[in-house]
Amino acid sequence: MSATAATTKRSAKAAMGPFGQVGKIVDELDDRLGVAKGGRVFLDKIFPDHWSFMLGEISLYSFVVLLATGIFLSLYFVPSTQQVIYHGSYRPLDGQWVSEAFKSTVSISFDVRGGLLVRQMHHWGADIFTGSIIVHMARIFFTGAFRKPRELNWIIGTTMLILAILEGFIGYSLPDDLISGTGLRIGYSIAESIPFVGSYLVTFLWGGQFPGTGIIIPRFFIIHVLIIPLVLLGLVSVHLGLLVRQKHTQFAGEGRTEHNVVGSPMFPTFMAKTTGFLFMVTAATALLGAFVQINPIWQFGSYDASKISYAVQPDWYMGWLDGALRIMPSWEFAGWGHTIPFEVLLPAVVFPGLIFTIALMWPALERKVTGDDELHNLLDRPRDRPKRTAAGAAMFALLFTLFGASSTDVLANFFHISLNEVLWFFRIAVIVIPIVAGLVTYQLCREMQGVHGIGKRKRPVIVQRSVQGEYTTVPTPPRPDDMHTELDPEPVPVRIDIEPLSNGGTGEPESSPTGVRQVTR
Amino acid sequence: MSDEERQPSRTRVPMPVAALSDPHMGDAAKHPARVEKIIAVIFLLAIVFLALFGAAYWQNWRAWELGGTIGVGLFLLGFGLTAWGKYLMPQGPFVEERHTLASTSEERDSMAAALVERSAVVVKRRKMLGGLFALGAGIFGIVAVFPLLRSLGPLPGDSLDVTDWRKGTVLVDSSGRPVRKDTLVVGGIMTVYPQGTVNPQTGFITDRGQAVDQTVLIRVSDQPLVPPTMPGREDWTPDGYVAYSKLCTHLGCPVGLYEQELELLVCPCHQSMFNVRNGAVPQFGPAPRPLPQMHLGYNEQGYLIAMAPYDQAVGPGFYERTT
Repeated sequence: MSATAATTKRSAKAAMGPFGQVGKIVDELDDRLGVAKGGRVFLDKIFPDHWSFMLGEISLYSFVVLLATGIFLSLYFVPSTQQVIYHGSYRPLDGQWVSEAFKSTVSISFDVRGGLLVRQMHHWGADIFTGSIIVHMARIFFTGAFRKPRELNWIIGTTMLILAILEGFIGYSLPDDLISGTGLRIGYSIAESIPFVGSYLVTFLWGGQFPGTGIIIPRFFIIHVLIIPLVLLGLVSVHLGLLVRQKHTQFAGEGRTEHNVVGSPMFPTFMAKTTGFLFMVTAATALLGAFVQINPIWQFGSYDASKISYAVQPDWYMGWLDGALRIMPSWEFAGWGHTIPFEVLLPAVVFPGLIFTIALMWPALERKVTGDDELHNLLDRPRDRPKRTAAGAAMFALLFTLFGASSTDVLANFFHISLNEVLWFFRIAVIVIPIVAGLVTYQLCREMQGVHGIGKRKRPVIVQRSVQGEYTTVPTPPRPDDMHTELDPEPVPVRIDIEPLSNGGTGEPESSPTGVRQVTR
Repeated sequence: MSDEERQPSRTRVPMPVAALSDPHMGDAAKHPARVEKIIAVIFLLAIVFLALFGAAYWQNWRAWELGGTIGVGLFLLGFGLTAWGKYLMPQGPFVEERHTLASTSEERDSMAAALVERSAVVVKRRKMLGGLFALGAGIFGIVAVFPLLRSLGPLPGDSLDVTDWRKGTVLVDSSGRPVRKDTLVVGGIMTVYPQGTVNPQTGFITDRGQAVDQTVLIRVSDQPLVPPTMPGREDWTPDGYVAYSKLCTHLGCPVGLYEQELELLVCPCHQSMFNVRNGAVPQFGPAPRPLPQMHLGYNEQGYLIAMAPYDQAVGPGFYERTT
């Protein structure tokens, strides 16, 4: 009886084919969806091994963290500015009138189990998300990865950065605490400063003059949890879809050409590394959320438009705009019955508009200047494109200087110098530092271009004098630890070019030839 | 069902995969056995910490204990997996050909031809239909914007120009108590609101009162200011009381800091400074205009009142603002 059962099992297993249950599942899926061919190609997809390709992964994974923690928070948050009396575990606030948004955020922090951790992870996640997008963007910029054929992905990425900043600001406003309410008040005034449409824009959005009719928090909530995340999700999908379709860029190197990609395969190597990295990004966010307090709103209290706190600063990714607002001279235009507040309009509307327009247009601008219409899959070394690198360095120098300018008051206090001196320092620095940074970068790039074997260990040179008195130089032989062996890159073992075998399927697997070569670093 | 029908519908093709003996499939690590042991230890630690997180949650420990356990556990798990991928999985290097994405010249022309020639059929043969449809779609596009935008809120009208201060409005503090001559000593400062903006439910000033009407009242002296804060404002400062709109003319933050010795009002947002003795003309910072000053006086009961509404819009500038 049992012998028969075993035989049946064995025959059933044999009938399943050499790949067992997995093969069966592939068969079933492929019958319906035709996944096998593309699936194999996907498993063989090659990812170049370079640390800088991990920066975009940080953005992607912090977005995942934000979605997960955000879903948790949305189950407890109440988007309303209705005034209620707080009764909860945070004693100092007990019995006070607060808004429902504020109350629910405090109760997430103190009454929901794990709530404080998730809330802090969400806030840290937002800071990491925007930060990693910018660093990833810098990598793309300085290595020229945005060039044809990847301009569209650059534009999508820049759009996602703008959305991420907007999403961060809106999310920061939701708890309706004193600090975020002040930020919202400033946002209102910036929108109001736009000529012709400003007043309409703010009364439409807020439902009237600030603070409006209590409609702004519910509106911001739905923008924050549905509209922008949905758009971001769509853009992320297109971003990654284009990346798969156009394949990765790579740095030049032995065996690497414009027409191939060298690296490790999707499955299993890259999948293991990147899944591990997802865990590590999540873990880093959790550790920050656990040990570094962020936005303790219960110390600020519920928003009250007539109260304010000292050293008010926005989240870091808004700092450059705050800095620009601080150092701008008070140039308001008033006349003919109208007012144009240039002191707000220029730094907070025109300036960021200009920066993002330049960012979006950069691939087109560079193409126009260089006249380069070729397809590029090999990356530039930044030093080989001194002008672009200098322009990027100047841009970052400008933004960092403005970021510094967003803490004029704190700096003046800290160094015991006059606020006026700090202000004028930044007014001058914001012009001088980017120019100096650009020129220095340009010169450094040019210098580095002239150095041979940069980054490699210098080999001593033996100077010999011949009997005739002639000097010759001979390089010393490479040291043993400079030598290592490297395999020739070879195709991922076997692509899926199925030609039915005529001999009834008994062909031998082709063994792949391997070349082992000696390479000197 | 017969046995033939049970057979898989296709012939199995022996699929050559890379032999594990191929050097490209080998480990990157020099001492794989050692690395394997280390990763195993890392995974074990991860398991311990993740289990500890479960316990921490169950026992309702503090946030840092929850985050610490899951953070360390998840980090170890991820680190181990990444190390496994980096040191103990096929490193290649493998190469993948980059096939050109561009179509042939014929394929391109065929697409362009179809677009151009077929749309010619639409445009040339049925010009009127095309025009009417485009008009309809365009009108839809325009009228669809109305409910999207216009329904959001009211037109601004003159709402941005006015506050709730009227001639004779009594100044009250945040709990609705009127202000008298002796409420502040010289050097004292408080925020005042128009009487009647108290929310009956909470007993505090309404959101609008806080955001629009907030006014800072300072007692600079015990005499009316001489010289006046501005020419023509000789009787605006009874008993040395001066009052200005508390909304910064830069971005509308409350001008909440008062430097008593210098008699400067400071906005903590962007450090605009206003001297209270000279009509709050900006001394420093990005604010473009003086804070609007309130004409103060007393009513019959001896309460401080506004003798007139603000003579201009309070707060930051906007296009329709006149002065």
